Amino acid sequence: MTSPAAAAEPTEPTDGDADPAVDAPDAPDAPDAKGSLVIEDLVAGYGEVIALNQVTITAGAATITAVLGANGAGKTTLLRAISGMVRPRAGRVLLDGADRTGRGPEEMARAGVAHVPEGQGVIAELTVEENLRIGLMSRPARARRGADRAAALAEAYDRFGVLADRRRKLAATLSGGERQMLVIARALVARPRVLLLDEPSLGLAPRIMTQVMDMVVRLSREHGITIVLVEQNARGALAIADHGVVLNLGRVVAAADAATLAADDALRHHYLGF
Amino acid sequence: MVEFLQFTLSGLSFGMIYAAIALSLVLIWRGTRLLNFAQGGMAMFTTYIALEVIRQTGSYWAGFAVALAAGLVLGAAAELAVIRPAIGKPELNAVIITIGLLILIEGLAGIFYGGQYRSFPAAFSVIGLRAGSTPLGVSRFDVFVALAVLAATLLLAAGFRYTSAGLRMRAAAFNATVARLSGIRVARVITVGWALAGLLGALAGVLVTPSTFLYPNSMDSIFVFGFTAAVIGGLDSALGAVVGGLLLGVVLSYAGGYLGAQGSDLTALVALGILVVVLMLRPDGIFAGARVRRV
Repeated sequence: MTSPAAAAEPTEPTDGDADPAVDAPDAPDAPDAKGSLVIEDLVAGYGEVIALNQVTITAGAATITAVLGANGAGKTTLLRAISGMVRPRAGRVLLDGADRTGRGPEEMARAGVAHVPEGQGVIAELTVEENLRIGLMSRPARARRGADRAAALAEAYDRFGVLADRRRKLAATLSGGERQMLVIARALVARPRVLLLDEPSLGLAPRIMTQVMDMVVRLSREHGITIVLVEQNARGALAIADHGVVLNLGRVVAAADAATLAADDALRHHYLGF
Repeated sequence: MVEFLQFTLSGLSFGMIYAAIALSLVLIWRGTRLLNFAQGGMAMFTTYIALEVIRQTGSYWAGFAVALAAGLVLGAAAELAVIRPAIGKPELNAVIITIGLLILIEGLAGIFYGGQYRSFPAAFSVIGLRAGSTPLGVSRFDVFVALAVLAATLLLAAGFRYTSAGLRMRAAAFNATVARLSGIRVARVITVGWALAGLLGALAGVLVTPSTFLYPNSMDSIFVFGFTAAVIGGLDSALGAVVGGLLLGVVLSYAGGYLGAQGSDLTALVALGILVVVLMLRPDGIFAGARVRRV
């Protein structure tokens, strides 16, 4: 278990609870909030290793962008650099035009960027309902209480009957597919502008994988959430994505719409291994 | 038989003190994966503050309240000023820092207040209670001690379980990464955890000091027993802290009572014996839950 203290780097000064990032005009619930994400010339790494080297990606509002590549290509680092878990060494991260480079994960979450790390979507020691309530933590304070909270939870339970049945059970008792369902439900409750998913289909049976991908598509189409999807399952990801980006050793080697990438055999053989 | 009852009751009362210290250690352990070796020292310091307030105002309860408030403040201050810089560095740094903090606090107490033993008032009568003509071995004050710690424990447990702030603290303790990515300010949560631990320590301090007298080292052995109770119960378990504290209190009471020697050497030896036995049979502590494995 990671030490909570080690994960809490002392970076920015803490705001009060009236967070300007959330109450400002480009807050998630405001009409202008579209969720476009632009990454410009991003450089990031760990110690002496440069994991991302001048990466530029544009994810249009309410689109699904698949980020593909072999292990070690920098896909996970990319998501971490966007959500603030890793501080970029150069370059910019722009959310709806506003520069959010280097902000910490708490701030980014409150600005509407939700990041689901690989294999760590839910907190296994909490119940299903508590996990959903965690989803509310990034929203303004009034959304976390009383009627608003009940409404948000009810919507999630409506959509996912299985979760309604297990609401008081520990998340640890859920199967892999059910956990991903909980992850998607939590994203629904959090209403982010941008959702970063790191290998959501990892370890799932093919049929469940398909269901998860369907849920991801619905999040984008029905709720206008911009999705950045890192996947080893390139075929599945390109099937639902609008655009695709292929990383290799920290650089972008291909960026095109998903259909073009899926049809490009040479690219697939070279970088994606099939 | 009467003796057994007396030893049991007085052991339970003392055990609640150990439970309070154990709980404060568990709180900090779960939040920061650190053992706060200065916990006893901080409790001693807040008790000195309480004594000052009692002297100035003549009111015991004013001193009691100020001690608890000072515990909150001291806990938060220690986290912000002393512990926060050690985060992310080797764990040994933090251990040395908390020991250093202990030495600092005890030194300051000696400078400000001197080393002589001072008496500290008890909230209620310390005359032994009787059931009919049988002495029970505990006084009204001892009952108050047990109830106070019990109330604090239940309030904390309810807070963790039912409030949003409690949910944030549990989320941060179980998985800080997911908590941060959900917008929870884990750093702030940790400070609150330390503040609450400071409160529990301060409570233990004012409750035990009437028996031990107040001097810069007065909380040292209490801390050691509280620490032992926490380890016996399982450092991750709040229930374990309470059960461990009560168990230790009762067994030490029997040791002191039946084996005759009231001296600290024998009780320390018995405590060590319990620790060794428990760790041999259940290395993670009695109440350690099954480890949740991440696949």
